Amino acid sequence: MSPTADAQSLAQRWWRRVEHGFDAAFGAPLNPLRQLGTLGFLSFWLLGVSGIYLYAVLDTSASGAYRSIVDMSQSQPWLGGLLRSLHRYAADAFVILMALHLLREWLHGHYRGVRRYSWLTGVPPVVLVFASAIGGFWLHWDQLGQYSAIATAEWLDALPLLATPLARNFLSVDAVSDRLFSLFVFMHLGVPLLLLFALWFHIQRLTRAAVWPPQPLSAGLLGTLLLLAIVAPVTSHAPADLATVPQALRLDWLLLFIHPLTEAVSPAAAWALVGGGLLSLFALPFLPQPTRVPVAVVDPANCNGCRRCFADCPFAAITMVPHPNQKVGKQMAQVDTDLCAACGICVGACPSSTPFRTTAELVTGIDLPSSPVSALRQQMQRGLSALPAAKPIIVFGCDHGAAVAPLAGPDVAALSLVCTGQLPPSFVEYALRDGAAGVLVSGCKAGGCEFRLGARWTEERLLGLREPHLRAQVPRERLEVAWADAGEEASLHRALERLRERVRGLQATTDPEPKVSHA
Amino acid sequence: MPELVPNRRTLPASAWIGQLLLYALFALVIGVFSRWPVYQHLASDQALIKISFTHTGKPAGDCRAQSAAELAKLPPNMRAPTKCPRERSPVSIEVDVDGVAAVRRTAPPSGLSRDGASAVYQRLVVAAGEQRIAVRLNDDARRPGPTYQREAIVKLAPAQVLVIDFDAEKGGITLQ
Repeated sequence: MSPTADAQSLAQRWWRRVEHGFDAAFGAPLNPLRQLGTLGFLSFWLLGVSGIYLYAVLDTSASGAYRSIVDMSQSQPWLGGLLRSLHRYAADAFVILMALHLLREWLHGHYRGVRRYSWLTGVPPVVLVFASAIGGFWLHWDQLGQYSAIATAEWLDALPLLATPLARNFLSVDAVSDRLFSLFVFMHLGVPLLLLFALWFHIQRLTRAAVWPPQPLSAGLLGTLLLLAIVAPVTSHAPADLATVPQALRLDWLLLFIHPLTEAVSPAAAWALVGGGLLSLFALPFLPQPTRVPVAVVDPANCNGCRRCFADCPFAAITMVPHPNQKVGKQMAQVDTDLCAACGICVGACPSSTPFRTTAELVTGIDLPSSPVSALRQQMQRGLSALPAAKPIIVFGCDHGAAVAPLAGPDVAALSLVCTGQLPPSFVEYALRDGAAGVLVSGCKAGGCEFRLGARWTEERLLGLREPHLRAQVPRERLEVAWADAGEEASLHRALERLRERVRGLQATTDPEPKVSHA
Repeated sequence: MPELVPNRRTLPASAWIGQLLLYALFALVIGVFSRWPVYQHLASDQALIKISFTHTGKPAGDCRAQSAAELAKLPPNMRAPTKCPRERSPVSIEVDVDGVAAVRRTAPPSGLSRDGASAVYQRLVVAAGEQRIAVRLNDDARRPGPTYQREAIVKLAPAQVLVIDFDAEKGGITLQ
């Protein structure tokens, strides 16, 4: 392993620890560290809503802007003043959430394979976020705005783009005209609109992309920012005065750190740092990557065009096309190899994946060549028949969640899938009919599924809320579900113990008789 | 079987306290770093001189008379008796503060044909107080030495900005 990969792996372990700490406080489904993208979107919506009001109140002239903002804060502290502070703090929150989101996705290796598109389209928004945030300070036209506008102009002048330095626009009071100020306003409206467009691109290749966090988290973030706005309202510096240099500034380091950085190094070095950082982000997906697993393959003879795989694919890799059997209106799934993550969630969704089928060879409508559903049935059968215990248990887990292999023992056969979503629910019933006393299904925690929706679909299928569902007649007391991330194997052990305890107490007469035959 | 979205009321009291603390930490990070530490952009006993101008230098070479043969090769409407080079001279500026060389810059003419204006923008942080400023500017490559110069004693208050510019209509170098 390379030193970079080592560092990434170490950092990932640390991140998981922190994430598990947050689980204890919020509960896994509402863990904000697994909702960073949606929380970022919420910050953006807050910026939009508060910004619309502020724009309505703002005097968009160079001479009137400062007065209009100060007046608003003083005359309507519980509306304009509060929204002004909320606007600033939402921007700060946005930057923090964006940085954490980027860090988490990098640590999880979500920049390669099918996620390359989302990664690459996620880089320009970073620039746009800072561009719109920095431009927002200029509209105050106080000393901080003056400092930021001049520092930005001087930094841009380091690029050999313009014949006349931009900084000359701020040489004297007369230089800052209403026309220039209109440009500031236009930028602060236009860049966020561009950002909205860029974010739309960013989530294009995700099915059911969430742009709203769960309600309790939305309330938590909004409440925190509002409380902060009340406790520490944002105030203006003294009005801008181009005849003097602002000396001591209450700088927003989260949004304006680039200015002191530029002064500390040099404009050219700051460009090198920023450009190098952005280039590195763009280059990550193109570095040597692990070999791609073969993607899902559709078998037209077994695909009945039910669209379940189409509905369940987390990466919009499946489209429905006319079936080659040429029957009118009949459709068939088609896999876009560039978009397919080979997670197998489509296999779990396919009604033809049921292990009860009596065909000589179990072939399903859509399958993973690297771990076909027939091999899964075979492994399960072999595992069960090899267990000497009177009440054997089958464990289905996933490669990205808590490791299930250590659970294997005299009464346990453990099978690890690419994603738990690959498991057709009928496998649970099949295992019980084939002699298993209980079945434990495990996968990544809610919101933390490596393939986004695998755990969610699995649970909905097992609860009978989603097709294909686990039949109602399957005794639920023989089923245990445990959502546990890598590193949380102890909780998996506890779930297994619970299941053991339950099936131990079940009467022999309630045990299902083996009703399946092995080929 | 556990629910995917468990009832939040099932969280123990310690979890709610943990949530409050984490939200408070988030607010604290934003609240603190959105205004602290105070950034000292310029020390309290310093002032700033901005040397900035955009000025088109004189032609880089002399005009010369075209010979009859040269004129004959040209279309009738383009037969100007003299031919002047398009390229402009670079503009160089020297600024001394209290007799010490502070800035030496030469700005090339802009444009692909080097026929545009030369531009300079440079900041110079100086101690506040009385300063003797000497500015020399050359915008003609054919003439050695300064084509414009100005000397002045200025008293700069702390944080004051002095702009050294060039405006031919105002007689050349300006201090404002």
